[in-house]
Amino acid sequence: MSKKDKPTEMLPVSRKRAQQARRRFLRSVALTVGVVGMAALGYMPVARGWKPRLRPPGALLEQEFLAACIKCGQCVQVCPVEAIFLDDLDQGFGVGAPYIHARDQACDFSCDGLQCVLACPTGALTHEISYPHEVDIGIARLDRPDKCLALLGKGFKGKVRGPEFTGKFRYIEVDRWNPVAVRSQDFDREVCDLCVVHCPIEIRADQCEAGKPPSGDPNQCPPKRAIGLEPVDSGDGMARFMPVVYDGCVGCGACEMVCPTEPAAIVIDMASVLKS
Amino acid sequence: MCYIGQHLAELLGREPRKPDNEEIAPQAQEIHFYKKGQVFDAKAAAEEHQRLKSNKWRNIRWATLLAVNLLFVLSYSLDIQLLEGALTASRFAGFHMADLNSALQVMLAFKEVLINLLIGTVTVFILWFFLGGRTFCSWVCPYHLVAELAEKLHLKLVEKKIIKGIDFHRGTRTAFYVIFAVLTLASGYTVFESVSPTGILSRAIIYGPGLALIWVGVLLLFEVVASRRAWCRYVCPIGMTYGFVGAASPLRIRYNLVNCQHEGECRKVCLVPHVLDTVIKGRARDVEVPIGADCTRCGLCVDVCPSGSLRYEFKFGGGARVTATEQP
Repeated sequence: MSKKDKPTEMLPVSRKRAQQARRRFLRSVALTVGVVGMAALGYMPVARGWKPRLRPPGALLEQEFLAACIKCGQCVQVCPVEAIFLDDLDQGFGVGAPYIHARDQACDFSCDGLQCVLACPTGALTHEISYPHEVDIGIARLDRPDKCLALLGKGFKGKVRGPEFTGKFRYIEVDRWNPVAVRSQDFDREVCDLCVVHCPIEIRADQCEAGKPPSGDPNQCPPKRAIGLEPVDSGDGMARFMPVVYDGCVGCGACEMVCPTEPAAIVIDMASVLKS
Repeated sequence: MCYIGQHLAELLGREPRKPDNEEIAPQAQEIHFYKKGQVFDAKAAAEEHQRLKSNKWRNIRWATLLAVNLLFVLSYSLDIQLLEGALTASRFAGFHMADLNSALQVMLAFKEVLINLLIGTVTVFILWFFLGGRTFCSWVCPYHLVAELAEKLHLKLVEKKIIKGIDFHRGTRTAFYVIFAVLTLASGYTVFESVSPTGILSRAIIYGPGLALIWVGVLLLFEVVASRRAWCRYVCPIGMTYGFVGAASPLRIRYNLVNCQHEGECRKVCLVPHVLDTVIKGRARDVEVPIGADCTRCGLCVDVCPSGSLRYEFKFGGGARVTATEQP
């Protein structure tokens, strides 16, 4: 800038212009405060954890996850069972961040390769994991034992969660690659074990035990079991079983999705959220 | 002083000023001198505008903007996988792209940069360096399009004297830029993203509408009834980031002083009229002046200029020019 600027800027301006400039300045401050205030409001929901969310496989701890997520939805686009949705304005800073609502559609790992992790451009879904058993979405918990059919000694016959239910699952015996609607399946179990037979970790573990690891890759074999039915002796002579969650549980939510009781007897706890 | 320096200062909010005589090239001084005495025939100018009225660049631009956003939608809804993701980050034919401002937010909040994000950022940086200025804003940003319609409405209301538009200091955008960067760095959250109508709209178009559209509606309403184009002009850091990236771009609007009638129609249609300050009678520093970094290359001025004084130009260099005083 040349030295000549100064005198012109310092010329006396009329009072009206000075007043206009002052008003404009105050308006600008008000605008700044307003917009920054609106943006800061986004802090409230995440800080108070109004609705802890299940995040897609590989998600970092909640705070880091929200920092790293660029809100592009590429994970939404690659999920074969369309389990991932994006958060809305009520989630504050989480707006646009992906979540899973397990009861409606759980992650069933039908993609084998954790495609959401591969699709994530920022590492919000960490690229350090490659197999379903390395995932830590949360952990299953028997939330309402009084509702659990197995614990009541009951079986299950018919369609899980009615003919309107839109949830999908990949049944190996039906179609190796394409998930099908859960409602297309008719079940007839003497003791309800739907949560166990739908558990992707258990399915993999069974395959491995049978000497047929998924895709012929022994790395796909989970080192630990995730869920099983254990007999319970309540002294009334009735055969009762309790779903017991083991260390191998990754929190995919398949058990919650297929649980035929309303509401679900078994739910996913947001372990990763609680940890942070 | 070089033009790029001036352009950046204007991008940051400095008001353009009338150049001193010694800052104007001799040839331009000569033209200014002859034009001084010319009488402006408003009626003839209006007739010429009517006769040569064109929407060519606006239509091309709208088509481009819609095509890009439609490509996002179709890639997902029809699963053609050409342009996956949203405007914040995407994959074009498998190649990473990341919006520079969104990437910057993530880097500031997360403080770690993954290689994919870096690839996407560099690609987009190169792309917008060549396309220049704030081309992203007017050619790609979906909020720009709806704000353009809101702006028309606003101008109608002002014309009918139903409302009186208010303005803000353009430096407000610089303040926002710094505030958002600091907040993001300090809080570890991508703070701007939660109020960015660009991201919100892009996601709404691709993944379906949500509550967040209410915020976009509030912004548009504010722009219609209170302040023309307030978000793009005074707030949005995305535009500012692209303004910096495209400051030395070979693609720009070029102003030619010779045939200009200085009737000012171009400044009326311009979203960032301070970049066209040079077209005011006696202000051009040279016979040919490249328009600055805050320009969105929208082409509205090119369409409206009857004398062809404003044109698109693709040319390397020539942005930094020595003014008359600094010449030996």
